[in-house]
Amino acid sequence: MPRFMPAPQPEVSVAPTPSVAANPLFPFVLQLADTSLILAHRLSEWCGHGPILEQDLALANIALDLLGEARSYYQYAAELEGKGRTEDDLAYLRSAVEYRNPLLVEQPNGDFAHTIVRQFLFDNFHYELLKALKNGPDAQLAAIAEKSMKEATYHLKWSSEWMIRLGDGTPESRQRLDKALAVLWRYAGELTTPTPAETNLQELGLVPDYAALLPAMQAHLAHVLAEATVPMPTTPAFAQQGGKQGRHSEHLGYLLTELQYMQRTYPGLTW
Amino acid sequence: METSTLTPEEQFQARIDADVRIEPKDWMPDAYRKTLIRQISQHAHSEIVGMLPEGNWITRAPSLKRKSILLAKVQDEAGHGLYLYSAAETLGASRDQMLADLHSGKAKYSSIFNYPTLSWADMGCVGWLVDGAAILNQVPLCRTSYGPYARAMVRVCKEESFHQRQGFEVMQTLCEGSAAQKEMAQESLNRWWWPTLMMFGPKDADSPNTEQSMKWRIKRFTNDELRQKFVDMMVPQAEFLGLTVPDEKVQWNEERQAYDFGEVNWDEFWAVVKGNGLCNHDRLQARVQAHEEGAWVREAALAHAAKRAARAAVAA
Repeated sequence: MPRFMPAPQPEVSVAPTPSVAANPLFPFVLQLADTSLILAHRLSEWCGHGPILEQDLALANIALDLLGEARSYYQYAAELEGKGRTEDDLAYLRSAVEYRNPLLVEQPNGDFAHTIVRQFLFDNFHYELLKALKNGPDAQLAAIAEKSMKEATYHLKWSSEWMIRLGDGTPESRQRLDKALAVLWRYAGELTTPTPAETNLQELGLVPDYAALLPAMQAHLAHVLAEATVPMPTTPAFAQQGGKQGRHSEHLGYLLTELQYMQRTYPGLTW
Repeated sequence: METSTLTPEEQFQARIDADVRIEPKDWMPDAYRKTLIRQISQHAHSEIVGMLPEGNWITRAPSLKRKSILLAKVQDEAGHGLYLYSAAETLGASRDQMLADLHSGKAKYSSIFNYPTLSWADMGCVGWLVDGAAILNQVPLCRTSYGPYARAMVRVCKEESFHQRQGFEVMQTLCEGSAAQKEMAQESLNRWWWPTLMMFGPKDADSPNTEQSMKWRIKRFTNDELRQKFVDMMVPQAEFLGLTVPDEKVQWNEERQAYDFGEVNWDEFWAVVKGNGLCNHDRLQARVQAHEEGAWVREAALAHAAKRAARAAVAA
């Protein structure tokens, strides 16, 4: 498959960071942290159960990258908040309604096709988002984005290749891919639909304009689906919204129960 | 030495005795090849099955740092499995056949992984004790006579010693923590101590393969020698942590300059080897299920590769 090259696009316009502007960014950085953590957690559930050893390694690798990215965001969020909370306080001591990840990333792994479609839809957004963030006005966020983008480039290549293999593989793989895409497509639109809070930050120039990311995302989606011989979904991609505002699917509660088990059972200890 | 008058077996043994590495294309006795395939594939299977007891705690690790370290560690084990399967392939074994033998129960893996991981402290004990025992078994294998195996083991051992240190550090953090954490650490040591001693295999008198394997320099120390080394290494570490090894007979023997220790429960050892450990069924079932549920993925990848190759051929 040809290596994915993002289409050229206009630079994201940015305003200088106002001097007291550190705090408004806190919820957005937390949202980025939650998103990467929840997807990392889901991917880590595959560890030891992958379809073939090489892909077990790849899934764990991507999970590790996202976990590392999440930690950078949490540490920065804790600093922005300035209330003495740590990365672990933020990850382990917030309830489902306080989590700000989009619905897509909390969806269960399902079969390998579900995991691939979820990953591909996320990677296609994540890559473009990081590209914009690394040129953004906030130096710390730009530094995290720059580091993460190297990893996200590989993630997108990996998930794109699997989309193509499964779409243009066997009748069974195609049927599974179609089913996964039909289920997960409804969550894709939330990624690029700004919440009121994001809109405010976009107006301040602190958060990239998602509309500007869409052309490159759509071009890559069209390219991958064409290679996979899969038709473009016709149903609305924005059917489901709410995760970024704390309105989650029922899946997240169980995920957090497991994730937070030790910290909730033995409060306040060092591990 | 007049090698021309020697039989191939004698020439082979002469190379072994001179510590010359045997390489894949060299002549080797069938029994040497078979022994190595058995040992390397068992080792590979142990890495892969060994991902499960620790994988069991990835989603429940108590901090983001611990989660990250644990995931990286389990991923390393997948990597070890991969090098070892590749090393066995150089002897003519196929990965499909090795996996089929694992799934049918014909091939074995280390019995230690048939014990359950019940608390976070088990992530400490698995690293500290289980990886510690594995290192004692494996460091001599870096000098084993078969080249690809020895080279794979160099890399494996580097990573294993890191794993062991992190396991010890998990234990140390628990032992420096609250009463509940210290209790968690002791309870875990109580469960893991004896099964870890079993990792060195049966007593020398009951280990029929040892003599030949020593002669071929596939193995460099006997089971009992390694078990003694392990006890000598671990008892002071447990004392340093403030933990008590669950064996009343552990005592320093001035004359032997080694620790005396009690007798392993060999009935339990053989029961687990024969498939009657608590997790034997679940571990194997998890591997079989992953393999069966992954069949359509592997088929799709092959089918797609064939389509691409066919299209490239038409285009050319």
